[in-house]
Amino acid sequence: MIRTALAVAVLAFGATALVAQSDPIAARKALMKANGDQNRVATEMLEGKRPFNLDEAKKVLATFAEAGEKAPALFPDDSKTGGDTAALPAVWENKSDFQAKLAKFAHDSKAALDATKDLDSFKVQITEVRKNCGGCHQTYRKRTS
Amino acid sequence: MLRKLVIFAVILAIVGAAAFWFITMPATVPASALAPYAPNPDNGARMFHAGGCASCHATPNQEDKTRLGGGLALKSPFGTFFTPNISPDRKDGIGNWSEADFLTAMWKGTSPDGSHYYPAFPYTSYQRMKMEDVRDLFAYLKTLPPVEGKPRDHELPFYLKIRRLLGGWKFLYLDGRRFEPDPAKSAEVNRGAYLVNGPGHCAECHSPRNRLGAVIASERFAGGPDPEGGDGWVPNITPAGIGDYSQRDIERILETGDMPNGDSVGGAMTAVVSEISKLSAEDRAAIAAYLKSLPPIQGPKRP
Repeated sequence: MIRTALAVAVLAFGATALVAQSDPIAARKALMKANGDQNRVATEMLEGKRPFNLDEAKKVLATFAEAGEKAPALFPDDSKTGGDTAALPAVWENKSDFQAKLAKFAHDSKAALDATKDLDSFKVQITEVRKNCGGCHQTYRKRTS
Repeated sequence: MLRKLVIFAVILAIVGAAAFWFITMPATVPASALAPYAPNPDNGARMFHAGGCASCHATPNQEDKTRLGGGLALKSPFGTFFTPNISPDRKDGIGNWSEADFLTAMWKGTSPDGSHYYPAFPYTSYQRMKMEDVRDLFAYLKTLPPVEGKPRDHELPFYLKIRRLLGGWKFLYLDGRRFEPDPAKSAEVNRGAYLVNGPGHCAECHSPRNRLGAVIASERFAGGPDPEGGDGWVPNITPAGIGDYSQRDIERILETGDMPNGDSVGGAMTAVVSEISKLSAEDRAAIAAYLKSLPPIQGPKRP
């Protein structure tokens, strides 16, 4: 049982790595999609539309942290166009700023993960973390509806 | 016969030139139009945030959004505009302006030296503002730190540098009307309508524009191509575009930038939200209620 689970995990990891290598645009979009799905869960908890659950809250922040860590490698020079990307050329023109913003996002998410104990602390923490979103969406993403 | 024709042509030319001169004359607000008034800078701050003044006029790449040295590059299909210094600096900003000068700029789009401003400065919206609100805003701006330095000149083709021609544009698209509340609508919706159409100038980005760069009135708020170029798209904010957003969803977008699908707003809206978030919850609720009350309008088709 454990062996099977382990094998599946290894395979899944391998597959993710492979996708990241062969199709970085799809891979980074998947990370952002996961962020969005988790962020929606967070809003529902904050607004009382879903009962607060510490594990779910931590999963939100863990997902953010993972995206912030993995994303920097998913903008190679050959992924400026092709595929359905909303990334602007500014990503590659100001690569160091872009990478720094992602690093800060990952760092803040991890700090928030450690500091989240209940609904109140989650609210405080995620509000801070969310301030990172606009930093990149303002400068590095094409306007979309 | 020929003599008559020449005379006729000369008269026509003179009448034409006079009409051009008259139509394109920059309009002003005379100081005599201003009754004595004690401005309220707190309400001015509210207008400042509702209008997102800092989004364009704060010097780029600085944390302090109240240092309004200008210099932001605003791309458009006509060229690139560089926003002016509106800090209270006496030499480079608006420190020497009178209240009438400021009203003239906001309502008529005319500078203190009597030339037309380009409509990149959204006076088509600001003309809807109440006189008291404009005077309060001026009083608030005066409390901000003076910033030295004049931004560079706009980058425009030569014929657009003839500012007098903008008088013709204003003749077509600047109607000079103040906001009129709709008695059939609630006070909340009217407050929202005022904030959106006056100081908030939401339609300036969220509407398609015609070849002369004017908002297409019949498709107001229906979104369209990003006016700053590229292949970005500004969303339709009538119920045809955001009809599935609840009142609360719109309030949240305006407060935190978080959209119902878990995404966050991007582009210029990021800066808009950072200012609108400083308004009261009631004002944001009013904006949302007004947007919900709009008729659904299909805008241009997205390619």
